[in-house]
Amino acid sequence: MDLHRHLDDELSSLRDRVLLLGGEAEQALERAMYALSERDSEVARQVLEHDDQVDQLEVEIDRQCIDIIALRQPAARDLRFVISVAKMAPVLERIADHACNIARAAIDLNNEPELKPVLDLGRMAEHAGKMLRSALDAFTSSDAVMAREVIKSDNEINDLYNHTFHRLIELMVTEPATATRDARLLFVAKHLERIGDYVTDICELTVYMAEAAFIKHTN
Amino acid sequence: MPVQTEPPKIEIRDGRPGSSAHGVGTAKVAVRDLNFFYGRVQALHNISIEIPERIVMAFIGPSGCGKSTFLRTLNRMNDVIPGTHVAGQVLIDDHDIYAPGTDVVELRRRVGMVFQKSNPFPKSIFDNVAYGLRINRMTSSGSELEGRVEQALKDSALWNEVKDRLRQSALSLSGGQQQRLCIARALAIRPEVLLMDEPASALDPIATSKIEELIFDLKKQYTIVIVTHNMQQAARVSDTTAFFLLGKLIEVNSTEKMFTAPTEKLTEDYITGRFG
Repeated sequence: MDLHRHLDDELSSLRDRVLLLGGEAEQALERAMYALSERDSEVARQVLEHDDQVDQLEVEIDRQCIDIIALRQPAARDLRFVISVAKMAPVLERIADHACNIARAAIDLNNEPELKPVLDLGRMAEHAGKMLRSALDAFTSSDAVMAREVIKSDNEINDLYNHTFHRLIELMVTEPATATRDARLLFVAKHLERIGDYVTDICELTVYMAEAAFIKHTN
Repeated sequence: MPVQTEPPKIEIRDGRPGSSAHGVGTAKVAVRDLNFFYGRVQALHNISIEIPERIVMAFIGPSGCGKSTFLRTLNRMNDVIPGTHVAGQVLIDDHDIYAPGTDVVELRRRVGMVFQKSNPFPKSIFDNVAYGLRINRMTSSGSELEGRVEQALKDSALWNEVKDRLRQSALSLSGGQQQRLCIARALAIRPEVLLMDEPASALDPIATSKIEELIFDLKKQYTIVIVTHNMQQAARVSDTTAFFLLGKLIEVNSTEKMFTAPTEKLTEDYITGRFG
C-alpha cells in the first residue's frame, strides 16, 4: 500500500503545482490590467520579470507528469488526471504570456497621453479573471458541471470583445490622432478574448478528467 | 458488489487498442451462467461472457479471483482435478463443451493451452512440435510433418532461431525460447482458440516482449484468451479485458476503456492500485 500512497502524494504535489501555476496566471492578468488602468508601468514591468518563474513552473509540471507516467504508469482516473494536467499547464502558461502582452501594451500606452476609458475592456478583464478562477475551482473539485458552466460563459467575453472591437474601430475613424493607441487597446481586447478561449480549454480538460468525456470541438 | 449478469457485447477492434472500430464479429466462445466448485467451495459465480472470434481477451484480477480457474473451464482442464464440479454452459461455436458425449481430446485440440511455466518435453525441438501431430495422426507423410513443424515454428517466431538445430534438445533453449516452443507445439495442431495462463510471468522483459508481439500476430488467425497479473501487459496485448474478483466477473470492456475510464468502481480501484 505504501507504493500507492506514494503515487497519491505525487498526484497531490502535481495538483498543488498546477494550482500554483493557475494562481500565477491569474495574478499576472490582474496586475497587467491594473498596470493598464492605473497607468503603473512599474507593475507592468514586474509582470514581465515574473514570467520566467511562470515558465519554469510549467517545465517542472511537464517533467513531473512525464516522471509519473514513466515510473508509476497511472491508469483510469489517475491517468486522466495526469494527462489533463500535462495539457493544462501550457494553457496556463499561455494565459500568463497574454498577460505579459497586456503588460507590454500598458508600458507603451503609459508613455502616451491618456485615452478615454474603454469601459468594456475592464469588464472583459474582470470576466476573464472570474472565468479563470472558476475554472481552477472546477478543476480542484473535479466538478464537470461547473466546468461546463464556465465554458458557456465564454460567450459573454466574446460579445464584449465584439462590442469593444467596433467601439475602438469607431474611435479610430472619428479620432485618427489616437488610432495607434486605439490599435494597442484592440490587441489588449484580443488578448483578453483569447484568455477566455484558453479558460474554455482548461474546463474541457476538467470535464475529461472527471467524466472521461471528450467535449473539445463539440457544440 | 456489481456483477454483470448478461453476456457483455464487445466491439471487435482491428489492430491495437485505440485503433478505429472495425465492426462486430460473432462469438467464438459464449459462456452462460457458469458456476464452478472445488468440492463445496464455489470458485466461480454465474459467469456469463462472450469472447468474439480473433481477438485477444485478457483476464485480470487479484490472486485467487478465479481467472485461471475460469480459463481452464474453457477447455475442461479442470476435469482432471478430483472433486470439481461445473454448472452452466460453455459454448464454442454454439456447441456446449460440457454436453454428454463431448470428445475432450478433440476439444483440447481445438482449444490449445500455454502455461505459466514452459514445459517442453525432454525431446528434440522438432519432436516437441511434432508431438501432437504424431499422436493425433494429423499428417500423412514425413514431408508434411516437417512442413507443419516448420510452419508452427514460424508462426511462433522461433524458426529463425532454431532452424539449424532442430534435433537438439528443447531443454537447451532459453526460457523465452522454451515458452515460444510450447506455443509452437500448441499451434502445430491448429487450434481455434489459444488459452494462455500467465505465459510471460517467468520471462525477462525482452523475452516477454517477443511473446507479446507473437500474441499480437497470432490474433489474426486465433482467438486468444490470456490470464495475466501484469496490467500493463493486458493493456498492451489485448483488445478486451475482463476483471474478476472473488469468483465473480465484475466488468468486461474494451481494453482502451478499461484502462482509461472503467465503468465499475471496483475495477477502477483495482486498476489504479487502490484496492482493499
